[in-house]
Amino acid sequence: MRSVIEQDVLERVLGTALRAGGDFAEVYAEDKSSTSAGLDDGKVEQVTSGRDRGAGIRVVRGETTGFAYTADLSESGLRAAAEAAGAVAAQGGGGTRTVGLTRQAPHPVNTVEVYPDTVSKSAKVALLQRIDDAARSTGAAIGQVSAGYGDSRKRIIVANSDGLLAEDEQVRHLLRISVVANGDAGMQTGFESLGHTIGFEVFDANDVEELARRAAQQAITKLRARPAPSGSIPVVIKAGSGGVLFHEACGHGLEADLVGKNASVYAGKVGQQVASPLVTLVDDGTMAGEWGAIGIDDEGHPSQYNELIKDGVLTDYMWDHLRARKEGHAHSGNGRRQSYMHLPMVRMTNTYVLNGTETPEDIIRNTPNGVYVAKLGGGSVNTASGDFVFGMTEAYLIENGEITEPLREGNLIGNGPQVLRDIEALGNDFAMGNPGTCGKDGQGVPVGDGQPTLRVKTMTIGGTAA
Amino acid sequence: MSELQAIADRVIAQAGKDEHIEAYVSRGQETDIRIYEGEVEHFVSAQSEGIGIRVIREGRTGFAYAGTLDDDAIASVLAEARDNVSFGTPDEWAGLAEADGVPVVEQELWSDALAAYATDGKIALAKELERLTRGADSRVRVDDANYSDASGEAAVSSTSGIRVSGRENGCYCSVSTLADDGDETQTGFGFAVGRSPQEFDLAKAAREAADRATRLLGAVKPPSKKITVVLDPYVTAQFLGVLSSALNGENVAKGRSLFANRVGESVASPLFTLVDDPTNPKAYTATDIDGEGLAARRNALIDAGVLQGFVHSSYSARRAGTKSTGNAVRGGFKGTPGVGCLAMQLQPGTRSQAELIADVDDGVLIQSVQGMHSGVNAISGDFSTGASGLLISHGQLGGPVREFTIASTLQRMLHDIVEVGGDVDWLPMRAAGVSLVIRDLTMSGA
Repeated sequence: MRSVIEQDVLERVLGTALRAGGDFAEVYAEDKSSTSAGLDDGKVEQVTSGRDRGAGIRVVRGETTGFAYTADLSESGLRAAAEAAGAVAAQGGGGTRTVGLTRQAPHPVNTVEVYPDTVSKSAKVALLQRIDDAARSTGAAIGQVSAGYGDSRKRIIVANSDGLLAEDEQVRHLLRISVVANGDAGMQTGFESLGHTIGFEVFDANDVEELARRAAQQAITKLRARPAPSGSIPVVIKAGSGGVLFHEACGHGLEADLVGKNASVYAGKVGQQVASPLVTLVDDGTMAGEWGAIGIDDEGHPSQYNELIKDGVLTDYMWDHLRARKEGHAHSGNGRRQSYMHLPMVRMTNTYVLNGTETPEDIIRNTPNGVYVAKLGGGSVNTASGDFVFGMTEAYLIENGEITEPLREGNLIGNGPQVLRDIEALGNDFAMGNPGTCGKDGQGVPVGDGQPTLRVKTMTIGGTAA
Repeated sequence: MSELQAIADRVIAQAGKDEHIEAYVSRGQETDIRIYEGEVEHFVSAQSEGIGIRVIREGRTGFAYAGTLDDDAIASVLAEARDNVSFGTPDEWAGLAEADGVPVVEQELWSDALAAYATDGKIALAKELERLTRGADSRVRVDDANYSDASGEAAVSSTSGIRVSGRENGCYCSVSTLADDGDETQTGFGFAVGRSPQEFDLAKAAREAADRATRLLGAVKPPSKKITVVLDPYVTAQFLGVLSSALNGENVAKGRSLFANRVGESVASPLFTLVDDPTNPKAYTATDIDGEGLAARRNALIDAGVLQGFVHSSYSARRAGTKSTGNAVRGGFKGTPGVGCLAMQLQPGTRSQAELIADVDDGVLIQSVQGMHSGVNAISGDFSTGASGLLISHGQLGGPVREFTIASTLQRMLHDIVEVGGDVDWLPMRAAGVSLVIRDLTMSGA
């Protein structure tokens, strides 16, 4: 694999970045090729090819960061960006600084068998046709199907004035399936997705037709759904469908940048009991093949398995370079960015709760009345207050310990610290959930989540039924 | 002629027989400054450029883009787009926009004052916003204060005769706040927008940011019941944003709109009159041309509760057997145009928010919502969102409430509108805000 930028060029560009002063300089460059295809209304609408290539350069002096990016990867283009970034952080001083880089050993986490650029576009489009056929043949009520395919191959290189030089390659494949079913009382929707940080072989290991039928069945089932209840109710969340709960309810609050500004309900709580003793939460960038898995983070540090909460006790936060340097803490491989056009910050990778001991059947049976959430949609959290919200896209009523009728969509809300304490049953059936895109400060990065079946004592269901 | 137009022209000149090509070329610059505790936390200064090429042959479409304008890269983008054509399904409605003779309503989208504004001045603005916000209330901390600006130029040329270019710039300041009271912390934000920094009202932004954070201190979870809501202008604008997808002609054609087949019918209260009018210079998203290069124009969507029609791009219009309404939207060079409302405005009433509240016996003033993106399904119409605000009792504002949801269906809410306020606020969103009173929502709390 040829580097996006040669080592001697990187060394000279870092020297240029620090010429006007500064404590730290970094070059991040990426070269990304992507293909996407969309099918809608029975037609392959278009195949898109994309190429994104560029570098972002930052210079840090004290508490100030200067950042500039460029799509011009020639030495002169990089030096111009380095000067722009350095000018901001400059204040007197300066002089010549020589940077010698040491190439880090590769840290491969994901193995790729079939690179997307070796697969014909017709094979990619054929997946969409199979999805369309499978979804439409699920039932006469299916009115519309849309499906999206995307692949990307991204090579990154990171070099900094501490002498670090690291490279990684990230190959991702994603499918999204949306289905509309028509009924007497209007339309309902179903959605499924599949995303992994591996090659095209992902479609050998996963049955895309089955995925399409699940999305279609979800929409059909909801045609007979009744309005969701309103008020505080026990909630059972199916394995692999509620990891986003932890991502929102506490994951963001454990990011060291928010903690450092005292903008998190978890600030100052290391060593304290913050969750039910059943809960052990980790963030794991090394979980091979998962959507949030990375070899190195976007600051060049190897990804890690980081325990955040153990048996309910807060053990540590997640860290990037700046926050780790400021606090004298080790970085944790959580410095990520959307692209070369963005500054890195503390971000999650794959965030999940480890298995408990109960069977999912027992958890449901021991819930006299409540709501069973089989699929959660997107969510968001206010990290300072801990209040969060997310959508239930597939949910059922639990009556007398049994799953009964399907419910229409609604929001589920709660307060993060409260919900963590209120987890009263944890299953032994761990599963990862759908691929997600986590948004923070205007940047989106791929993340994964997972959890076993669990029950929360009560959460507020935002339905309309009394 | 602009350099970008020349690049686009050179691409489409290579079109073969029976080949339709559209080239969209853009270049932009941005500045992004963040202040924390009186110091610059980061300063981003950057430039970007790129090209997107759409090729249509025998009803099949292919597309490719690259984030550079090198000659070699452009050549390979064209080659990729051509290669991609063969994998599309023939679509009898596929095609590029054609000039329709609708005159362009010129807009002032460029400010020389902003283009000439010094960097030091931009830093000073963000520092001033931080200072004003801290001074607004002793319980308030500032999470960050920001100044951002962007300028861009773009050109589109097509073999169907479209040839337009333009440039635009704009700037905004924003501030995020935290308010503490014992163990409790609440958050707020404020912003100022303008074509140039001279138009900023930083004092107002600071006051709103402090007020948003402090007004929720001590908030409780309300009981669950049916209730009347008064939506703040900022919330109404988000509500209209959700509604826009049901008014999108492509969604209608593809069976994804709850308004399909309902043109001419009553879909809302007679008090509800909605237009999409990007030619109104007061609108933050005012523009003169749409994403395909056609003139942006005023379109009536709902008139006194009766559905008038939908917004269209040239593609959705051909499918529907009508003409484009100038509503093609493009998110830069990386994609092909879709369909969307550009600048929605609800016809205002005459009364202030305080007068609207005085008529509410049992209700809640909704000051912010959380989860409109996750709890509202614009296809089924199910509506459920997290909210916070102030209780209303016998026409008087009461204590703050949070951690509850309000729910109904979009269909019902439109008919349940009681009154539209007169307090239009031209927010930095695709819809203008105005207070809105809606009855019979379900509030879910304790």
